[in-house]
Amino acid sequence: MGRNILHCDMNNFYASVECMLDPSLKGIPVAVCGSVAERHGIVLAKNYPAKAYGVQTGEAVWQAKSKCPGLRVVEPHYDEYVKYSALARGIYSRFTDMVEPYGMDECWLDITSCEKLFGPPEKVADIIRETVKFELGLTISVGVSFNKIFAKLGSDLKKPDAVTVIAEDSFKEKIYGLPASDLVGVGRSTERVLAGAAIKTIGDLASADPRMLASKLGKNGLALWNFANGRDESRVARAGESPPVKSVGHGTTTVKDMESDGDVWPVILELTQDVGRRLRDIKMMAGGVAVNVRDSNLVCRQWRTPLSIPSTSAEVIAAAAFGLFHARYRWELPVRSITVGTFNLVPEGAAYAPRLWDNVELAERRERLGHCIDDIRRRFGKNSVRNCILCMPSTLPPEHAEIVMPTGMPC
Amino acid sequence: MYVDVYVFHTSEGSSLPLKIRLYNGQTFEIDRIKGVCRAASTKVGGTGMRYSVVIKGVETYLFDEGEGRWFVEARREAFGM
Repeated sequence: MGRNILHCDMNNFYASVECMLDPSLKGIPVAVCGSVAERHGIVLAKNYPAKAYGVQTGEAVWQAKSKCPGLRVVEPHYDEYVKYSALARGIYSRFTDMVEPYGMDECWLDITSCEKLFGPPEKVADIIRETVKFELGLTISVGVSFNKIFAKLGSDLKKPDAVTVIAEDSFKEKIYGLPASDLVGVGRSTERVLAGAAIKTIGDLASADPRMLASKLGKNGLALWNFANGRDESRVARAGESPPVKSVGHGTTTVKDMESDGDVWPVILELTQDVGRRLRDIKMMAGGVAVNVRDSNLVCRQWRTPLSIPSTSAEVIAAAAFGLFHARYRWELPVRSITVGTFNLVPEGAAYAPRLWDNVELAERRERLGHCIDDIRRRFGKNSVRNCILCMPSTLPPEHAEIVMPTGMPC
Repeated sequence: MYVDVYVFHTSEGSSLPLKIRLYNGQTFEIDRIKGVCRAASTKVGGTGMRYSVVIKGVETYLFDEGEGRWFVEARREAFGM
């Protein structure tokens, strides 16, 4: 039996929430932008009137304003976005328990077994769309199809406030003429590779030789070929079910560019406090550390290194991250932002093979210290225990309350 | 505008707003509740449980935003102020 999958995409989510909360913004160009003072001054979301002026997500506020002088810039209210995201999921959950979030504003729903209760999938999509509009004052686009990939493609085809059906018996006529980049998994670099093989449309991708795609794009090439041919069997997760965490990281843009190793070390140390705590919260240990650095020309570089003994210790992760940075960064330009990530996560207490010269006892002591610090911070506040260097003036931005996504992960 | 609300909570768990108090202390009885549903306010923005109420002969919407915050869609002039 074929599946009925919906993909619900909240249109211009951040900007729509702002316009809904303040009706005086309706009809005028609005952009939700990060703080210029904290150097996050880029467009995070814009409404349709702003889009008509060519304002794009990701561009600097000054660029957006030069395109649209009457642009109303509003600051983001993440707590409201989290609230409305959860309310929308609540509406979806009235129809099925299989609701899989994809970011804050998108969800897949499997409504295969709901037909007798609520009617055919297009009708369910329409009811959901109307309910979200009535109850939350926000519009959504819904894609209806027989797999997740085409449902997502469908929700992108008609916006805003629309339902698009991509049926199993007619999907070729509907989507084979669309650009290959419309398909999930085809980013800018994949698009370039495909263009090099004269693959421009989804139809070209479907009729391409899968071996050629695999040779150019690896297993992603085969996956894309399957997607284009309507062969996506991935299931929609049940509400509350979360995929295993593969990495934990934290990054920041400092208020002033970092100009020396001495500026970078406290930033890395601060970031790893959070990374270590989150690893301990999910009872995982890092098997490797990655550092991502963006310089003042906004050029990014990333380096990775394995850890000989898996760890959650902020001290160990910070030392590995700083070691990488110190060895690889040439200081041709100041550093604007830095992210410390961990990968190859293993469950707490998992067996590992230390090298002969590894000090296992010290590593275990550091783990216990991490748990102890967490406990003190839980009882007496985050700043009750701090590294001395983190009490000095630094380039770190002011602290904001942590927002926890409806999926349970901090953002 | 946000208002203070006197609410009667039933043992079944439902809430019935009885009267509202404006920021200047003036109080108005709610004459009738015509319906209740979850909705967005298209006039002043925001969402919540929407009570269709009649106050001094004026029909308006009173919203329970949650966490004890209520707002009314009508302007105070509508109540003859």
